[in-house]
Amino acid sequence: MKFLLAALGLLTWSSGTAVAQKKPAPKAKPATATIPAATLTAGKAVYVQNCLTCHQADGGGVDGLNPPLTKTTWVLGDKTRLVKVVLNGLQGEDIDGEPYNNVMPAFDILTDQQIADVLTYVRNSFGNKASAIKAPEVKTIRATNKK
Amino acid sequence: MKNTLPRLLLLPAAVVGSLSLFALKTETAVLPDADNAGLKLPAGFGALKVAETGGRARHITVTPQGTIYVKLNRPNSAGKGILVLREASNGKATVSSGFGNYGGTGIYSTPEYLYASSDQEVFRYKLNSKGEVTNPEQPEKIITGLVNRKQHESKSITLDKAGNIYVNVGAYSNSCQVKDRQKGSLGIQNCPVLDSAGGIWQFKADKLNQTYGNGIRYATGLRNVVGLDWNAQTNQLFVMQHGRDQLYDNFPSLYTSKQSAELPAECMYALKRGDNAGWPYIYYDGQQRKKMMAPEYGGDGKKEATGNYLEPAAAYPAHTAPDALLFYTGTMFPEKYRNGAFIAFHGSWNRAPEPQKGYYVVFQPFKDGKPSGDWEVFADNFAGSAANAAAGRPEHKPCGLAQGPDGSLYVTDDKQGTIYRIVYAKK
Ligand code: HEC
Repeated sequence: MKFLLAALGLLTWSSGTAVAQKKPAPKAKPATATIPAATLTAGKAVYVQNCLTCHQADGGGVDGLNPPLTKTTWVLGDKTRLVKVVLNGLQGEDIDGEPYNNVMPAFDILTDQQIADVLTYVRNSFGNKASAIKAPEVKTIRATNKK
Repeated sequence: MKNTLPRLLLLPAAVVGSLSLFALKTETAVLPDADNAGLKLPAGFGALKVAETGGRARHITVTPQGTIYVKLNRPNSAGKGILVLREASNGKATVSSGFGNYGGTGIYSTPEYLYASSDQEVFRYKLNSKGEVTNPEQPEKIITGLVNRKQHESKSITLDKAGNIYVNVGAYSNSCQVKDRQKGSLGIQNCPVLDSAGGIWQFKADKLNQTYGNGIRYATGLRNVVGLDWNAQTNQLFVMQHGRDQLYDNFPSLYTSKQSAELPAECMYALKRGDNAGWPYIYYDGQQRKKMMAPEYGGDGKKEATGNYLEPAAAYPAHTAPDALLFYTGTMFPEKYRNGAFIAFHGSWNRAPEPQKGYYVVFQPFKDGKPSGDWEVFADNFAGSAANAAAGRPEHKPCGLAQGPDGSLYVTDDKQGTIYRIVYAKK
């Protein structure tokens, strides 16, 4: 019985997020605030239509060609830099120390809302967890975006 | 040996002994791995993992003495871009040394020289009578200044029998759009990429510091060739083109994503000097067996191409990425393989969201120097499972091919760096 309890304890312990949620956590930044399901659905639709061929369904990318979108400093890091990748495309830049030989085209034809949705989806899929990006943020970055 | 012979004749036991030793030497002592290195092969064939190099093993060559040279995509932790492997009699090898501080893809040997390429140059090393490189730190730079803009950067190489070397310069673009890979962007008229890329160049194998001006534009309109080989039977260069990507992504009103996964075919071309295979203006539809007008240049998915472009010699499933071509001239494998072609398909990514394909070595039968009859998958399951292959998450990706002196087929893998050797066991 003791053993069972210990095992159970271990189980709950290992599912760290569940534990974290139960604790009356210090009301932190909205980073862990739940993203509305509708936003994720909309973001996924943009992803499937525009990004999936290169970055793949699992966000794992393609060796040496297209970088993964799993926990890269680009995906989880500075929002302005991230939004600009989608607005301007990217080429010849090492991603977390690795070179990739394909080209990321610009997606400035996407609306502010579509870019916000797809990046929010990416930042909360494939093992990523990060705050949402909102359409007004994209709008501001687009307005000052130097090509 | 001459001296010992008469004495041996007096000793029957010793004769038997030496004969069996002899038999061990000529017959192959190479034993396939119990699981054939995880590969699925036709009956009678076996495979072993020769070595784990841990590098991105691109192309490979084996000298007549059996020394193996492997070109790495980028230098390993010791800073070496070319690995030297020596085999024990059981076929297992260790990396005995390395040299060349540059990454790249191409490697090729004649009995006298080893040739290797970076992504913008080609070097030559002298081989001694043991197949060893004598000048690892001072190669001759025979070709320099080739275009490398990252996309389609590999400079694959092969030689003919007349002292010429052929180098692929891949197009640094998908289909010469004004904005590369951007939805709806149209093609640039008189595609400027073709002035220095998108074709095969011929140079002298023994002249130093050649560049575009010294070479011959042997063939044009080839988007990207990674696998190429000289067919000694017909005295002709054969190449494998990687067909264009993203018909659906860039022209969703003209193609479905299903069509985009199946178009265009990966093509084999038999080249003559001056040939034009049509990139970026056309692509090849392997189902209709027709050359089609590219959507960037007025095509709509239905219009056939106009213009005098080369017909492919054979066609294979779309996006499967043929990275090596080898004409088999050995005698170890059964007769049907002689003078036919092996092709290493690195595997697709551009078929998503449809299941991915490839990650296998194909055999293409040849007759009188032409593809004859259907190709077949020869060595399969580099991916580790059908599910891995479909998901585009293979364990290994076949990239290079070489024929050993005994007629074994060597295959490299640039995902984990495994070197495979396929042997025929039945008599
Ligand atoms: C044609 C292929 C292609 C398509 C389509 C594409 N990308 Fe990329 N993407 C790339 C390549 C290649 C890079 C890396 C470029 C470099 O290294 O300079 C990249 C880089 C990125 C990066 C930064 C690096 C990283 O991995 O974190 C992000 C984020 C990204 N892409 C998101 C997207 C999103 C979102 C879409 C769809 C709107 C998309 N990409 C569509 C090829 C593509």
